Amino acid sequence: MRFTLIVELEDKPGQLLKVIEPISRIGGNVISIVHDRHKVSPLKRVPVEFVVDIDTEKVESLLSRIKESGVHIRSINEVRMLYTESFLLIGHIIHTDLSDTVNRIDETGFAEVVEIHITMPKVNEPSTAIITISARGKDELGRARKILREICEKKDILVIEPLNEESA
Amino acid sequence: MIKIAMVGFGTVGRGFARALAENREIIEKKIGKYRVTAICDSKSSITGDFRIDEAFKHKSERGRLPESRSAEEIIEEGNFDVLIETTPTDVFSGEPGLSYIKRTLKSGRDVITSNKGPLVVAYRDLMRLAERHGARIGFEATVGGAMPVIKMIRDELAGNRIKRLRGILNGTTNYILSRMEKEKAPYPQILSEAQELGIAEADPGYDVEGIDAGAKLVILANSVFGRNVRFQDVEIRGITRITPEAFEIAVEKGYTIRLIAEADENGKLEVSPRLVKLTNPLAIYGTLNAVLIETDLAGEVFVIGRGAGEKETASALISDLVDFYGNGSFG
Ligand SMILES: NC(=O)c1ccc[n+]([C@@H]2O[C@H](COP(=O)([O-])OP(=O)(O)OC[C@H]3O[C@@H](n4cnc5c(N)ncnc54)[C@H](OP(=O)(O)O)[C@@H]3O)[C@@H](O)[C@H]2O)c1
Repeated sequence: MRFTLIVELEDKPGQLLKVIEPISRIGGNVISIVHDRHKVSPLKRVPVEFVVDIDTEKVESLLSRIKESGVHIRSINEVRMLYTESFLLIGHIIHTDLSDTVNRIDETGFAEVVEIHITMPKVNEPSTAIITISARGKDELGRARKILREICEKKDILVIEPLNEESA
Repeated sequence: MIKIAMVGFGTVGRGFARALAENREIIEKKIGKYRVTAICDSKSSITGDFRIDEAFKHKSERGRLPESRSAEEIIEEGNFDVLIETTPTDVFSGEPGLSYIKRTLKSGRDVITSNKGPLVVAYRDLMRLAERHGARIGFEATVGGAMPVIKMIRDELAGNRIKRLRGILNGTTNYILSRMEKEKAPYPQILSEAQELGIAEADPGYDVEGIDAGAKLVILANSVFGRNVRFQDVEIRGITRITPEAFEIAVEKGYTIRLIAEADENGKLEVSPRLVKLTNPLAIYGTLNAVLIETDLAGEVFVIGRGAGEKETASALISDLVDFYGNGSFG
């Protein structure tokens, strides 16, 4: 399961490790860290937001380990990827490292590639794929779309975006 | 008596002249008597007291008109109230139409054009020039041919805030994409089919690369959203890379692919192939054009029609003529 974890850390070196270490020891993955030093709490603590990917049954033990190290957990929320959109890609998709394209979206933490389907191209002809991206919110989906566009522009892949039918 | 001068006597110019003759009764009921006082093409002209069939006869028999007065001279002499400008499009220089239109407006005379070039290059300048000299410029024919969109938004939707426009503004590409969807055949094959049918030109770049649709989008954005954009400001992707597999996958998911021109009030300006739900009104077939207009009061308004052709474009030119001189507003 993927979730966001907001903790309060003291503003001194080494604090991030108190969260990262237990996650990796338990076999989880830190997808992103947002460290906003401008939002210091009255107790001079800095809120830090982690997006973590971990087996659902391991979540409880992870949270207690973090608490044991004296870190205050402000909130934990499962990341729900509610907004989904599919895109067609046309070009030399396989030659240009598909997994990199997928990773760049997944590593944002707010969006992920949930489906990808490539039709077998004829030799030396461009291939066609459909890629479905889910994101936490509408804005996040917009940001993921922008990332996809940028990557594909660099790789000379044509992106065919859907005509969104929500009113302007 | 409204005096009409024509610069450009090709497909559209001749279509307009023919419509003026054939629908004279209907048109004169709206605008009163009219007469064509001059016609010129790239190298020849006809002026003075002539009948339109003489011009057709000369053009078809000799490929030219009887006199050699140039468009500049005819505009300079000013023996007309309105100039019908139908010379070829150049979206980068606007010429030759741009100079003809400027000179005419400066003399305080009205212009009606089917040529996108001058409006794409100098929209705001032309509007200012017209205003300063108490003249008018009609350009319904530049976008979507017979499909009424410019005056529809200006008049019928007056008082609405226009939020977004999305349209199919090029019939050739829409024909190619419709056929690819039905046949699941590769682009080059469908393109040559379209060329054989005379739907695509021998050099199809202007259509299939999205240039024509981009030029029309510039005119729409400037006239509807009051912007001052140029051709270079449009993000354009054409249809040449679309594969038959793309249609297979799209249709399986309930979509088709169409070349969509989109502009909105936040500044979006894009022509690109898009996945369009098969149930969306813009999933149209053949050489048709369509625009979906999204407004605050009227909601969605959908316009569809023939985007090109000699009669269709003549219809749009005549609608501007009636708009200018209808209801006895002339003389
Ligand atoms: N065809 C359509 O369905 C359609 C639809 C909407 C808009 N339009 C636009 O309408 C315009 C005319 O299209 P069309 O299909 O009628 O083109 P066309 O058949 O090529 O006719 C162009 C006419 O302009 C004349 N011309 C060329 N250079 C000139 C110059 N420097 N001075 C004076 N006349 C000149 C040509 O003279 P010659 O006869 O001596 O060659 C010809 O008579 C274009 O801007 C086009 O984009 C066309």
